[in-house]
Amino acid sequence: MSKATAHQTDGGVPVFHVFEDKEVHHPGDSTMLGFWMYLMSDCLIFAVLFATYGVLGRNYAAGPSGADLFDLKLVAVNTAMLLFSSITYGFAMLAMEKGRKAAVQGWLVVTALFGLAFLSIELYEFHHMIAEGATPMRSAFLSSFFTLVGTHGLHVTFGLIWLTVLLVQVGQRGLIPENRRRLMCLSMFWHFLDVIWIGVFTFVYLMGVLK
Amino acid sequence: MNSYPDWWPLVFGRFTFEAIPYHEPILVATFAAVAIGGLGLFALITKLGAWGYLWREWFTSVDHKKIGIMYMVLGIVMLLRGFADALMMRGQQAIAFGANEGYLPPHHYDQIFTAHGVIMIFFVAMPLVTGLMNYVVPLQIGARDVAFPFLNNFSFWMTVGGVVLVMASLFVGEFAKVGWLAYPPLSGKAYSPGVGMDYYLWALQIAGVGTTLSGINLIATIVKMRAPGMDMMKMPVFTWTALCTNVLIVASFPVLAGTVALLTLDRYVGTNFFTNDLGGNPMMYVNLIWIWGHPEVYILILPCFGIYSEVASTFCGKRLFGYASMVYATVVITILSYLVWLHHFFTMGSGASVNSFFGITTMIISIPTGAKIFNWLFTMYRGRIRFELPMMWLLAFMITFVIGGMTGVMLAVPPADFVLHNSLFLIAHFHNVIIGGVVFGAFAGINYWFPKAFGFKLDDFWGKMSFWFWVIGFYVAFMPLYVLGLMGVTRRVNHFDDPSLQIWFVIAAIGAVLILFGILSFLVQIVVSVMNREKLRDVTGDPWNGRTLEWATSSPPPAYNFAFTPMVHDHDSWADMKKRGYQRPLEGFRPIHMPKNTGAGVIISAFATICGLALVWYVWWLAALSFLAIIVTAIAHSFNYDRDYNIPAEEVVREEERRSRALAAARV
Repeated sequence: MSKATAHQTDGGVPVFHVFEDKEVHHPGDSTMLGFWMYLMSDCLIFAVLFATYGVLGRNYAAGPSGADLFDLKLVAVNTAMLLFSSITYGFAMLAMEKGRKAAVQGWLVVTALFGLAFLSIELYEFHHMIAEGATPMRSAFLSSFFTLVGTHGLHVTFGLIWLTVLLVQVGQRGLIPENRRRLMCLSMFWHFLDVIWIGVFTFVYLMGVLK
Repeated sequence: MNSYPDWWPLVFGRFTFEAIPYHEPILVATFAAVAIGGLGLFALITKLGAWGYLWREWFTSVDHKKIGIMYMVLGIVMLLRGFADALMMRGQQAIAFGANEGYLPPHHYDQIFTAHGVIMIFFVAMPLVTGLMNYVVPLQIGARDVAFPFLNNFSFWMTVGGVVLVMASLFVGEFAKVGWLAYPPLSGKAYSPGVGMDYYLWALQIAGVGTTLSGINLIATIVKMRAPGMDMMKMPVFTWTALCTNVLIVASFPVLAGTVALLTLDRYVGTNFFTNDLGGNPMMYVNLIWIWGHPEVYILILPCFGIYSEVASTFCGKRLFGYASMVYATVVITILSYLVWLHHFFTMGSGASVNSFFGITTMIISIPTGAKIFNWLFTMYRGRIRFELPMMWLLAFMITFVIGGMTGVMLAVPPADFVLHNSLFLIAHFHNVIIGGVVFGAFAGINYWFPKAFGFKLDDFWGKMSFWFWVIGFYVAFMPLYVLGLMGVTRRVNHFDDPSLQIWFVIAAIGAVLILFGILSFLVQIVVSVMNREKLRDVTGDPWNGRTLEWATSSPPPAYNFAFTPMVHDHDSWADMKKRGYQRPLEGFRPIHMPKNTGAGVIISAFATICGLALVWYVWWLAALSFLAIIVTAIAHSFNYDRDYNIPAEEVVREEERRSRALAAARV
C-alpha cells in the first residue's frame, strides 16, 4: 500500500489517484496468501478422507483389522523419516535466508532422500499388506485406509518432483526472488504434509491398533 | 462386439463403433446440426484469418476482462444446450400419458434430466457467475488484473475441458442416467456399468479444479489488491458477495473433488466406499456430496445478490440502504450455508433431533435473506427509480425469489418434507430460486455491465421482450409443478398413467416455450445491439450514472484498466469522486507493469481433457501419456521466468488521448 500520498490538494479537492513512481501492487505479492488458501483447500480433501475413514474405518467386512495389519515399529521409522525431512527442509530455508546457494541445494538433496525413504517404506508396507490379501477392495476399512494414506503418499511424490525441479532452477538462476518464493511455497507444502501425516499416524495407526 | 480383433481393447479401450448412437434419430439430427454449425464457424474463422487473432488475443489472454467475456460466452452457449434438454423433457411429459409412450424411452429420458441438471449448474450458472466476477471485481476494486493472471486463464480452460467431455458424451457413448448428483449405489459400477457415469465423474473433476483455482485467485485479488483507501467496509457490495462466494468455493469444491474421487475409485479400482457390501456406506456419499452441494447453491446466488445491490443503488440514484447489514447478511449466509446440508435428505432417517437441527438452521437462513430483500426495498423507497432493464430484472427477482423462499421454508419443515421430498414441488422450488435468483441476476448483470465491456448499450426493445417472455414463461412453466408436487407427483418420471394430470404438464410445456422465446429474444437483443452499436454507443464509460469504480474508466476499459490506481475515500467511490469535482488526469502517465499472455493454460487443459476422455474409455496408454504430458508442460512452464512486460508510457498516453478526443467529440 502506498502511504505518504496527500489526501487533499491545496484547493481542498481530495486526491483521487496514486501518482507515485511505484506501482501499488507487485506480481507475487499475493503468492503466499494464495498458496495458503490452496493448502487449506487441499486440507479439506484430506478432511473428506479422514471423515470417510472415521465412518468406514471399523467396517472390516470379516477381513483383517488395523490391529492385525499395522506394524507400528515400521510406521515409527517411517514417521521419523518424514519428520527429519521437515527439519532438513527447515535448514534449507535457513540457508536460503543467508543466501548460501550450495547449502540450500545440499539440504534439499537430504530432504529428498528422507522423502524417498519415507515413500519406499510406505510402498513396502502397502506391498506387504496386499500380498497378505489385505487389498483396497477387501473391505471399506481397507478402501479408506489405502486412499487416505495413499493420497498422502501421492502428495509426497509430487513434492519430490517439485523439489527436483526447484533444485535445477536454483542451480540455473540462483536464489533470485522468484526462486525464493517457490522455495517458500514448497516449504509450506512440505510441512503441511508433515502435519497431515501426524494426523494419519495418530488416527489411523495408533488408534487402529487399539482393540 | 466379437468381430473386433484382440488388440482392439489395448489401443481403443472399450470404445467400439456401436458406442456411436447413430440409431437414435434425435441424436443424429443434433449431431448433424452441431457438426454443420461447427464446420460453418470453423470455415468462417478460417476465411477471416482470425485463428491467429483468437489465439493471441483471446485463448492465451491473461486479461481478466477477456477471460470474463469468454466465461459469459461459454455460459450462454451451454444455456442453449441445457435448455434444449429442458424443452425435450417438457415435451415428453406433456404427451406421455396412458397408451402414448412419448418419444423419449426411459434410458434416454434419464440421460436428459441428468445432463440438464449437470449442465445448468456447472456449465451455465457457474460460468455466468464466474464470468461476471472475473470481469467486474478487479475493476470495482481499482486493480489492473487478478492476483494470478495465468491461473485465471488456466481455470477457464479447465472449465471448458469439462464442457468438452459433457458434449462429447452426447455423440460418443452416452451420459449418466443417475440424476445430477449421481447417488450410489445406482451410480456404482454394478448398476451403471456404462461410460455415462465416467463422463460425469471426469467432467466434474476437471471443471472442479478450474473452479477451485479461480476461487483462490479471486479471494487473493480481493484481499490483496484493493485500491488504497478501500478498506473492507468500503468495498462495493458486489465485491463483498464475490468474496463470500469464493470463500464458499474454496471451502466446498475440494469436498466435491474428494467425493467424486472416491466414487471414481469405487468404479475403477473396485474399492468399497459407497457399495452395498463389504462395509460400504452409500449414505456417506449423500452426506459428502451435499456438504459441497448446499454451499454450491449459495455460490450461485450470492454474487447475484451483489448484482441486485449494485443495480438497486445505481437505478434508484442513491446509496444502498443498510450497507453494513447487507455485508453482515452476506457473511451470515456464507457461514450458515455449511450447517444445512442434511435438509436435502431428511428422509435418510437420522432421527428427529438431527432433522430438527437442520430444519431450524435452514429456516434461520431466511432471516438474513429477508433482511436483504428489505434493504433493496428501502433503497427504492424515495429513490429516483429508472426502469431500465437491470432494474426490471431486480423487481422480477424480488417477487419471484420471495415466493421461492417461502416454499423453501415449507420444505425446511421435516414433517412437510417427508411428503414433498422428491416431488415436483421440490423441482418447482429450486427452479423458482435458481431461475428467479440466479438467471434473472445474470440477465440483470449482463444488461448492466454489457456497455462497460463493449462500449455500447444493449437494445431496449428486445431486452424487454426477453424480460417479459422469461418472467411470464417462468410462472407458466413452474407454478403447475407446485400443484403437481402437492398432488404427490414425483420427479424424474417419463410416463404417467393418470390422465387428469396431463393438463398441468401441458401448461408447463407452454411455459417452457415462452421461456424459449425469452432466450431467443435475448439472442436477437445481442445481434440487434451489435448492428445498431453506433446508435447505442456510450463514450463516457458511465452510461448509467454509476456509483462504483468500474464506471470511472473508459468502456471498454484499456488493458491496464486504470491509467493511475484510484484512491478511495468513501464507499460508492465513483459517485463520491463525481460529487467532489473529480478531474480525469491528463498527464504524468508512466509505463504500466502487466502480465504476459501464455498458451500454457490452454495446452495443459487440453491434455487434461484428453486424459479424461482416455480414462472414460479405458484407453490406458493414452491416459498415462496425457497425464505425463500435463506434468511435463507444467514443469516446462515453470522454467519460463519472463512473465511480465511494461506497457510503455507513450502507449498509455495514446490510449488516454484517444479517450479525451472521444469525450470531447461527444460533448459537442
